[in-house]
Amino acid sequence: MNEMTKIAATTTLKDWETDQEVRWCPGCGDYAILKAVQRTLPELGADPANTVFVSGIGCSSRFPYYVESYGFHTIHGRAPAFATGIKLANPELDVWLVTGDGDGMSIGGNHTMHVLRRNLDCQILLFNNEIYGLTKGQYSPTSREGTTSPTTPLGSVDRPASPCAFALGAGARFIARGFDVSKNLPEVLKAAYHHRGAAFIEIFQNCIVYNKDRFEDFAAPKGAEDRQLWLQNGQPMLFSKGEKGIALDTEKLTLKVVDVVDGNWQAAGVIVHDVTNRSIAHMLVEMPFGAFPMALGVLYDDPRPTFEAAVMAERAKATAGKEPNLAKLLAKGQTWTVTEGGPDL
Amino acid sequence: MATQLADPEAKSTAAPEAVVVRFAGDSGDGMQLTGGQFTLSSALAGNDFATFPDFPAEIRAPQGTLFGVSAFQINFGSTSIDTAGDAPDVLVAMNPAALKTNVGALKPGGLVIADTGEFTKRNLEKAKYDVSPLEDGSLARWQVLAFDISALTLESVKPFGLGNKEALRCKNMWTLGLALWMFDRDRQPLIDWLNQKFAKNQVLADANVAALNAGHAYGETAELGGHVKKLHLGPVPTPAGLYRTITGADAVALGLVAGAQLAHLPMFFGGYPITPASSILHALVRLKEFGVTTFQAEDEIAAICAAIGASYAGQLGVTSSSGPGIALKGEAMGLAVMTELPLVIVNSQRGGPSTGLPTKTEQSDLYQAVYGRNGDAPIPVISARSPSDAFDCAIEACRIAVQYMTPVILLTDGYIANAAEPWKVPDPATYQEFPVSFLAEKNAGDTLLPYKRDAKGARPWIKPGTPGLMHRIGGIEKAVDTGHLDYSPANHQAQTDARKAKVDGIAASIPAQDVSLGNPGGKLAVVGWGSTYGPIHQAVGRARAKGMDVSHIHVRHIWPLPANLGDLLKGYDKVLVPEMNTGQFKTVLRDQFLVDAQPLTKTSGQPFAIAEIEAAIATYFDGVPGNAGGDDVPPNEQQLPSVKAVNP
Repeated sequence: MNEMTKIAATTTLKDWETDQEVRWCPGCGDYAILKAVQRTLPELGADPANTVFVSGIGCSSRFPYYVESYGFHTIHGRAPAFATGIKLANPELDVWLVTGDGDGMSIGGNHTMHVLRRNLDCQILLFNNEIYGLTKGQYSPTSREGTTSPTTPLGSVDRPASPCAFALGAGARFIARGFDVSKNLPEVLKAAYHHRGAAFIEIFQNCIVYNKDRFEDFAAPKGAEDRQLWLQNGQPMLFSKGEKGIALDTEKLTLKVVDVVDGNWQAAGVIVHDVTNRSIAHMLVEMPFGAFPMALGVLYDDPRPTFEAAVMAERAKATAGKEPNLAKLLAKGQTWTVTEGGPDL
Repeated sequence: MATQLADPEAKSTAAPEAVVVRFAGDSGDGMQLTGGQFTLSSALAGNDFATFPDFPAEIRAPQGTLFGVSAFQINFGSTSIDTAGDAPDVLVAMNPAALKTNVGALKPGGLVIADTGEFTKRNLEKAKYDVSPLEDGSLARWQVLAFDISALTLESVKPFGLGNKEALRCKNMWTLGLALWMFDRDRQPLIDWLNQKFAKNQVLADANVAALNAGHAYGETAELGGHVKKLHLGPVPTPAGLYRTITGADAVALGLVAGAQLAHLPMFFGGYPITPASSILHALVRLKEFGVTTFQAEDEIAAICAAIGASYAGQLGVTSSSGPGIALKGEAMGLAVMTELPLVIVNSQRGGPSTGLPTKTEQSDLYQAVYGRNGDAPIPVISARSPSDAFDCAIEACRIAVQYMTPVILLTDGYIANAAEPWKVPDPATYQEFPVSFLAEKNAGDTLLPYKRDAKGARPWIKPGTPGLMHRIGGIEKAVDTGHLDYSPANHQAQTDARKAKVDGIAASIPAQDVSLGNPGGKLAVVGWGSTYGPIHQAVGRARAKGMDVSHIHVRHIWPLPANLGDLLKGYDKVLVPEMNTGQFKTVLRDQFLVDAQPLTKTSGQPFAIAEIEAAIATYFDGVPGNAGGDDVPPNEQQLPSVKAVNP
């Protein structure tokens, strides 16, 4: 996001809906994410005319067609590159990038890496359903080992990539996680919007046709307290109604789950979440689900100057005091004049 | 024509009209720099010239090796010069490998200047010589001037206390000094340039100037065996005006800047380093005050995608690469076709396929430009014929892109990109502006129709950020007018037809095809495109001087072709198409006009020699003197198709 838009429009959810028929499968998690975004945008004061949704290819990438703003449905995996051109051409635009686990982590992994490394000011929503939906169910780079699919009838043998770990490794300054039907998703979107720079959000999304209920192990309402760790800046990392927490094993330099007795989390050594702590962020993105709860919310948020700001600053420096004079430019360098009688040296 | 240069028996003392000199040495010897400075001195002497830098793909190949030889050829003179020249009159060979790889091209009787200091046992071995060619008589066909340039250089820079290695680096300036003496050139501009180049290290500046002066003095005073005479090539009669030298890469960069200015747009250039296209990016990064944003992307695909993104956001998006990179951009080019956004794609062609010959020239990406995308994805294609022509072509590419809302491909090649020629500096005010207007309000009453076409078939350009015009575009087929997703059969038919009609219609906005040399009709037309202009023009000129009825047509607009080209070609009995590929433009001409175009092909990584094209023309006219195309002698049609140029 940028400062200009903070004072912007008054809109309602309806203003962000297009007249296009939504073509996702009935029950698809994408519907919930779309609603969450459309509900959040008015609260942010975002201006539809100043907002651009850019996507690649895949189910998730149909997203721009359903948001009443400017939208560019591009080619597979390349949305970050288009977004870079858009933002450099007009830094005042609010750019949202919508991608998926195949689009952003497989064919477009390279661009995901570089848009994060450069720190282009945009929100990157990576819908992770751990499957290729639009091409009918092949396993994806985030599919768990042993995933059976049309291309892996005996179960996949390669190990999955972790989008958040990848993003952090690529130099991202904002990492968050949510899931499609979570009531906390709008808060995560808002935090991403307010972060200046590339804000990376992995959104677990239920593909009800090819990978149904893949995330039920932590996303199901029943038992959610024990399986979800919602991180909040300045708050202790507690779950299971405050009876458990995350502490640092200082011997092994890893995280560990500790029991909290009588609410005395300090005594149990539970860590207070500091969104600017990159070391802890590395541990959180790698924290294995099962032995640990799923880390959700804003895992890391520590802004740095954005790419487009750096480019504009460089431009200002390079052009200071220079008048663009094309005639002079063309005649630059060593020249000579030919008169009617021959060269005049 | 210049062999008397080195011929002590020559009766004529008149200076030749033009001379071809080739400097050859190790890739670390500074031959490109020597050639570049010699070029500048030619320009300042009022000569016309053309250059051909020919260097290896390796940055610093192992010293003394055959594959590490870097050469720079310049053809200059008091007459109009169109090519870098066929065979050199003078070869400066800085080591045995340079001699071995280049002497074969030298004219019989031509002059070899060799540095004996480098003809050591070890260097001879590296160049695969058993015996020194300077001693075994194998160079008898040429005049040889061999002396120890290395030692003479070391001697000349002794007072400056440089290390041996640094001192030897001044060899190229010593050699340049000798060349300046041979062609009666003023040293002062070079001295000024050296002082500027080494402004931060006065010792190096002084040493290089001393080497330059020593080389010059050597020519003036030493006993050169009577081989070398000082020659003065007079200035060429050229139109009055301000001139500078320009390479194709610089001309493309300047033309793009001019094009964006004429369109009243900021320019966004997305690039990824690749030989021989990188120099365009290098030039543009320094022109930010002209509203140029440059972006070195993570790969070729990101480079074009970012450029399309910038075009979408209202700037003139440009990307540039060479064949392999253009291949990677193919899918995005299709998106630019589908979303109908302006974009300029520059391809500095090199030898292919695959990595091919990165530093050598070829014209083999024509099929790729015209046909190389999935689906029916028509894209206009323009080709530059020379370094200076690339300026106008870049402007033309910008014009078509914004007026027709389409990607445009501009083809140059490695030869054009690197070669330099004199350029009469144009006055920007003489170019017609083509200002862009963005859609500011809904274009159909209360409705926005992002795909509503104008008379040219172009859709409106709508910038994000414009209130009330929110809409969505993308690669999925667009409904007529509304631009909504539409897979229906009738719609796809209509939009495919509309995209084709739009690009075909560009022919109405381009000039009619002219005849570069000769008549609009006759026995033989030699039809070229791109950098073959020089050799074709010279060859046709020579053939016409011998009385042959042959004309030269050079096509700039490859796609769509000029509307009159088909009729023009049908006015000739035969059409010969010389090109540096296996006959790609020939195929396009046959396809579009059903003309019996015959190929003359060359894929050696080297430009055509004039003689090769002259020979092909002569073959058509039966090659018999006096039978030069007279009406009574039918041309020998059997021979034409078999003509195939060989590497000189």
